Amino acid sequence: MVISSSRSRATETASTEAQSPAIGLLGWARWIWRQLTSMRTALILLLMLAAAAVPGSIYPQRSADPNGVTTFFDNNPDFAKILDSIQMFDVYTSAWFSAIYILLFISLIGCVIPRTFVHARNLREEPVETPTNLRRMPAFLASNASPETVRDSKQLITSAAELLRKQRYRVAVREGSNGETTVSAERGYLRETGNLVFHIALLGVLFAVGIGGGYSYNGQRVVVEGETFVNNLAGYDSFSPGAFFKPEMLTPFSMTLDKFEVQFDLQNRTNIGTPLDFRAYVTSRIQNGDGTTTDKKSVIRVNEPLELPGSHVYLTGNGYAPVITIRDKNGDIAFSGPTEYLPQDKNYTSLGVIKVPDGAGPQFGILSFFYPTQDKLTTGARTSIYPDPLDPLLSMNVYIGDLGLDSGQPKNVFELDISKMKQVAGGKSGVKGLEMVPGQTVKLPKDLGTVTFEGIKRFASLDVSYNPGGIWVLFFALLALAGVTLSLTVPRRRVWVAVRDSELQVAALARGDDPALEKIVAEISAELTGDKSKSSKESDD
Amino acid sequence: MTNMQLNEGLSQISLLVVYGAMAIYTFSFLAFATNLSRLASNKDETRATASGAEKFGTVMLILAGILHGVAVALRGISANRVPWANMYEFTLTGSFIVVAIYLIAMRLKDVRLIATFISGVTLLALGLATSIWYVQVKTLMPALQSYWLVIHVLVAVLATAFFNIAAAFSVVYLLRSANWLTKAKASIFGFARRVIDLFPTSDKLEKLAYRFNIIGFILWSFTLIAGAIWAERAWHRYWGWDTKEVWTFIIWTIYAGYLHANATRGWTGKRSAWLSLVGFVAILFNFTIVNLFFKGLHVYSGLK
Ligand code: HEM
Repeated sequence: MVISSSRSRATETASTEAQSPAIGLLGWARWIWRQLTSMRTALILLLMLAAAAVPGSIYPQRSADPNGVTTFFDNNPDFAKILDSIQMFDVYTSAWFSAIYILLFISLIGCVIPRTFVHARNLREEPVETPTNLRRMPAFLASNASPETVRDSKQLITSAAELLRKQRYRVAVREGSNGETTVSAERGYLRETGNLVFHIALLGVLFAVGIGGGYSYNGQRVVVEGETFVNNLAGYDSFSPGAFFKPEMLTPFSMTLDKFEVQFDLQNRTNIGTPLDFRAYVTSRIQNGDGTTTDKKSVIRVNEPLELPGSHVYLTGNGYAPVITIRDKNGDIAFSGPTEYLPQDKNYTSLGVIKVPDGAGPQFGILSFFYPTQDKLTTGARTSIYPDPLDPLLSMNVYIGDLGLDSGQPKNVFELDISKMKQVAGGKSGVKGLEMVPGQTVKLPKDLGTVTFEGIKRFASLDVSYNPGGIWVLFFALLALAGVTLSLTVPRRRVWVAVRDSELQVAALARGDDPALEKIVAEISAELTGDKSKSSKESDD
Repeated sequence: MTNMQLNEGLSQISLLVVYGAMAIYTFSFLAFATNLSRLASNKDETRATASGAEKFGTVMLILAGILHGVAVALRGISANRVPWANMYEFTLTGSFIVVAIYLIAMRLKDVRLIATFISGVTLLALGLATSIWYVQVKTLMPALQSYWLVIHVLVAVLATAFFNIAAAFSVVYLLRSANWLTKAKASIFGFARRVIDLFPTSDKLEKLAYRFNIIGFILWSFTLIAGAIWAERAWHRYWGWDTKEVWTFIIWTIYAGYLHANATRGWTGKRSAWLSLVGFVAILFNFTIVNLFFKGLHVYSGLK
C-alpha cells in the first residue's frame, strides 16, 4: 500500500519537475531518506535493537564467555554450527545487530541536523502571532473584566507582558491590523535544546565507544607472592588488544606482588568462610621521562584498581601456590618453586598439575590437590572445610609416561593428558597416593625420587587494562542524561493574552505533556484581574 | 569494610515485622477491593458505604507501610549495610519504595484508584520474597563492597517503582479502551466494566502513565551509567554485554521506544500503552528469570 502510493508521489514529482528519469531516482532517494529519518522508523529500529539484543543473553558470547561457547559446541555440535553461521555467539558485533544500530544512527543524524537548524531559527524569532480564536486552545480562561479595564486594555496588556517576562517567557506585544494589542509569549526552549543535546550526545557515546575500543587493551597475568611482572607483551599470560593498538602503547612499569591477604568471616554463624576482603600489596616501579624510576607501594582490592599512567591494574582472582621441590633419585632438583593451584570450591580445595620431563628417571606427571583446612568425608575422600590454611594438606597422584610436551602443540599448564600415561600412585594403582603437610618430604614411587612440600604462598590474578575512550563515553553519557532530563521535564508552552469581547482572555498551548497548563492560565488570569482566589484553587491535573 | 558484624537476632525481628506488615497489607487490600466493588454496585445504598472502606484501607496501608519501613531499616541495621544486596532485600526494599511513592502521590486524586493494585502487588512481592527468595543476613562479597551498591541499586529500585506504577495505569488504560470488554455480554463483564468506569478518563490515564514513565526513564538512564562506572571499577571494563547489562540495555531501549511512540502519529494510545507494559515485563523478567537462571557476573540473588 505504502509503496504504491508513494510511487505515484515519486512519479508526480518526476512529471512536474522535469522529464529526466534521473529525477525519478532522486525522488526515490528522497523518499527513502524521508522514510529512514521518520519518527516511526526510529521507533521501529529502537524496538528491533531491543529485540536483537535478546539472543546475546540466551546464548554464550565469545567476547564475554568463550568457555561457554566451547561447552555449547561440545553439547550440541550441529545446532551450534547453525547458530554460529548466523553469528549467534557474536551477537553484538554481528552484521545484523550492527546493521540495526548503524541505520538507527544514520536516521538519528538525518533527524537531528534539520531540527537543529529549525531550533536555531526559533531561538532567534519572536513568539508566533496571537491566533484569532483563543477559545480553541487546550487551556483557555476568560474573565469578565471591568469596563474600565477594557477601556484601558493597553495597560492590561502591558502588565501581562511584564508578568510573563518576569516568569521568563519570551514575550512579543503586537498590534493587529484591527488595532487590537495582544501578548504572545513562549518559554521552554530548553526542552528542544535538551532533546537535541541528548541525541547528539548519543552519537558522541557511539564514537567514543568505537574509537576508544580500538585503542584499548587488556591482558591477564597470574603473579605469585614475591614475583614481579613487567608490562610488556611477553609479561602476559593472555592479551587482547583493540584494532589500533600497538605494543609501544604499553607504558613501561613493573610490579611486584609483595603479599596477598584474604580475610574470611570467622565470626558470624551464617556466614562462616565467606570472603570479606581481598588485598594485594604491590610495589610498582614506574619509569619516569628522565630515565629514573619511582617506586610506589599500594594495595589493590576488588573495587579499587591501581591506576598507573596508561593502565589500570585490577584484582580478578586468587588462590594458593604451594611451594614444591622434587628431587630425582640422585638428589638433583628436577622441579622447584611455587605452583599455582586452581581453586575448585569456595573452601579453596585446589587442583594443581606438575610436569617433570627432565629427571634422572622416566617422564612423570602429578595431579595434586591442596586442602587448606583438610577433612575427611564419610566416603573417605578428602575435602577442605575452611578457606584459610588452618590445617593444610597436599595430596598427589603420580603418572608415568609420555607427557606429550614434544608434539610442539601448546599445552595447557593446568591439564595433564593421561591418555599415554600409567598411574603409579593413588587411585586404583595399588599404591597409596602421596600426602604431606608443610615441611614434610615423602618418597615418590618407582624410585622417582622425593617430593618436599616447602610451604604455602598465594597468587593473585591481575587484569591490566586501559581504555582511553572510557572517560569520553562517560562525558557524553552524562551529557545525554542532562539533555534528556531537561527535555522531559522542562515544559514548553505558548501563552497568549488578549482583551476581546469585553473579556480578558488567557490561553495556552503546550508542546508535549504539560501537567500545569490549566493552572498557569488560571494563575495569570488571576494575577491580571487581581483575583487571587482563582490561583489558589488547586488543580489536580 | 573488614569489620562486618552481623546481628542475626535483629534480622529475625525484621522478618517478623515483615509478616506483621503483610497481615495489615491484606486488610488494606481487602478494604480497597471492597471499596471498588461497592463503587461499582448498582445500588445507591451500597455505593454510599464505599468511602468508609476506602478510608479504612488507606489507614491500613499507611500502617503497613510504616511497619514495612521499620522492617527494611532493621534488616539494614542487622546487616550493617544497605538492605539491598540480594533478591530478598531488593524485593523488600523495592516494594516499600513503591508504597512510599504511592502514599506521596496519593495527594493526586486520580492516583487513588490504583490502591488495590498497589496493596495487592506489594503483598504478592512480600509473599514471594519471604517464601522463596528469603536468605539469612550475610556480609557482602568483596565485589559488592562499593558505594556504587548504594547508588546504582537504589536508583534502579526507584526506577522500577516508577515503571511499576506507570504499568498499572497502562493496564487500566488498555482495559478501558478494550472493545471486547465493552461489547461482552456476560454479567461479570458488566461488573468489570463498571469498575473500570470508575477510573479516570483514558486521556488522563495515558498522561499519568507517561509522567511516571519519564521519571522512571531518567532514573533508569542514571542506573545504566552508574552501572557502567561500577563495572569499570569491579570488572575492569565499563561495558561487556554481561547478561544483566544486556537486559538493562534492552529495557532502556524499549522505554526509549515508548517515548518515541508518544510523539509518533499512530503510535500513541494503545500501542504506547502496550510498550509501557512490554517494558515493565522486561523489568520483571530481568529481575526474576535473569537473576535466577541466566549465567553472568551479576549472580547476586543470594540463592543457590
Ligand atoms: C539511538 C537512537 C535514539 C534514541 C536512544 C532516542 C531516544 C529518545 C528519547 C529517550 C527521547 C525522549 C526524551 C526527549 O524528548 O529528549 C527521544 C525523543 C525524540 N526523539 Fe529520539 N532517540 C533516538 C533516535 C531518534 C531518531 C532517529 C529520531 C528521528 C527520526 C529521533 C527523534 C526524536 C524526537 C523528535 C523526539 C522528541 C519527541 C517529543 O517531542 O516528545 N530520535 N528520543
